[in-house]
Amino acid sequence: MRRSMLFLPGNTPNMIIHGDSLGADAIILDLEDAVAPDEKDAARILVRNALQYQDFGRCETIVRINGLDTSEWQLDLQTLCPLQPDFIMPPKVGSAEDILKIDHYLSQLETQLHLPPNAVGLIALLETALGIENAFAIASASSRVKALFLGGEDLTADLHCQRTAKGEEIRYARSRLVCAARAAGIDAYDTPFTDVNDDEGIWEDAQFARSLGFTGKAAISPRHVKAINQVFSPSEKEIAYAYEIMEVIQAAKEQGRGAVSLRGKMIDAPIVERAKQTIAMAQALQEIGGSNYV
Amino acid sequence: MGQIVKKATAGTMESSDAYIEISPGEEGEGLDIQLESVVYHQFGQAIRKVAEEVLQEFSIERAKVRIVDRGALDCVLRARMETAIRRGIEEE
Repeated sequence: MRRSMLFLPGNTPNMIIHGDSLGADAIILDLEDAVAPDEKDAARILVRNALQYQDFGRCETIVRINGLDTSEWQLDLQTLCPLQPDFIMPPKVGSAEDILKIDHYLSQLETQLHLPPNAVGLIALLETALGIENAFAIASASSRVKALFLGGEDLTADLHCQRTAKGEEIRYARSRLVCAARAAGIDAYDTPFTDVNDDEGIWEDAQFARSLGFTGKAAISPRHVKAINQVFSPSEKEIAYAYEIMEVIQAAKEQGRGAVSLRGKMIDAPIVERAKQTIAMAQALQEIGGSNYV
Repeated sequence: MGQIVKKATAGTMESSDAYIEISPGEEGEGLDIQLESVVYHQFGQAIRKVAEEVLQEFSIERAKVRIVDRGALDCVLRARMETAIRRGIEEE
């Protein structure tokens, strides 16, 4: 379960060591934009040590590496793959070729490190117009790609438009990314809401992202984690309805009935699939302490 | 034996971090470690030991090291020591 992903600057010990207590389902240890060019070495070593010695509990760890257009990304992978973070996030992925380039390098590393093939999973960060247009090719380029992730800030710069709180300018990119990810059978994660002080805005933005089909959403501040977790958790009503659907389906099966309806509404395969997803999510939430857990 | 060939620094003075300065030691002298820490009385010895271990991993037998500890965990202190050493042994 990955409702919320919190970005933490890779060279900031105070934030990293508390990463698991900020409520996010995953933390993204950032070696890219949040680290000054002359501190890349320091951040890489710090993140490596944090992964080696810190226990992040149920919180997943994702490392955003430096871009393929830098001299840092291979060093990042060499240093961090032995510690097996849950995922590696390559930034500015623009094409399937970018994924294949990383895939090839990771395969070599896995052999050297005696890791199983494809042990290192990728969450591809799409934040250019080219990346959005190639979203499905990227999502299906390798079985390592487990999710697509939208980066709204760089994307709007590339689109030559302003990033706004309402986000009309990235509506097409959001929909396209979700559609590509779902077509490839993987998850989709939404860009962070960047106004840290807008407590209303984060709710609306997260609700809109969920309505489009995103699996979860990133945050750049711990202040946004609670809203994201709540928005991307099924409500009590949704959970009860999902169980009701499964009961009706089971009863129909026992009675040998094909067509099923619940309170006058036809229950077809997509509705059953959604009910199963809701129940799976509810069970995952129960394991960590209930649906209001943040 | 590894050798510190130039002065190098790593880390910050921020809470939970450590600031390290490392420079070449004098001929005939060993390790000279100066430590300032907010928890000097409780953990001074342990911090010094961690610093010595990292120096040993790089086979550094002669260097001047200044550590300003701001409550860094071992893994952070090790990271900052390693960064300073790597920067200090790099040739220009």
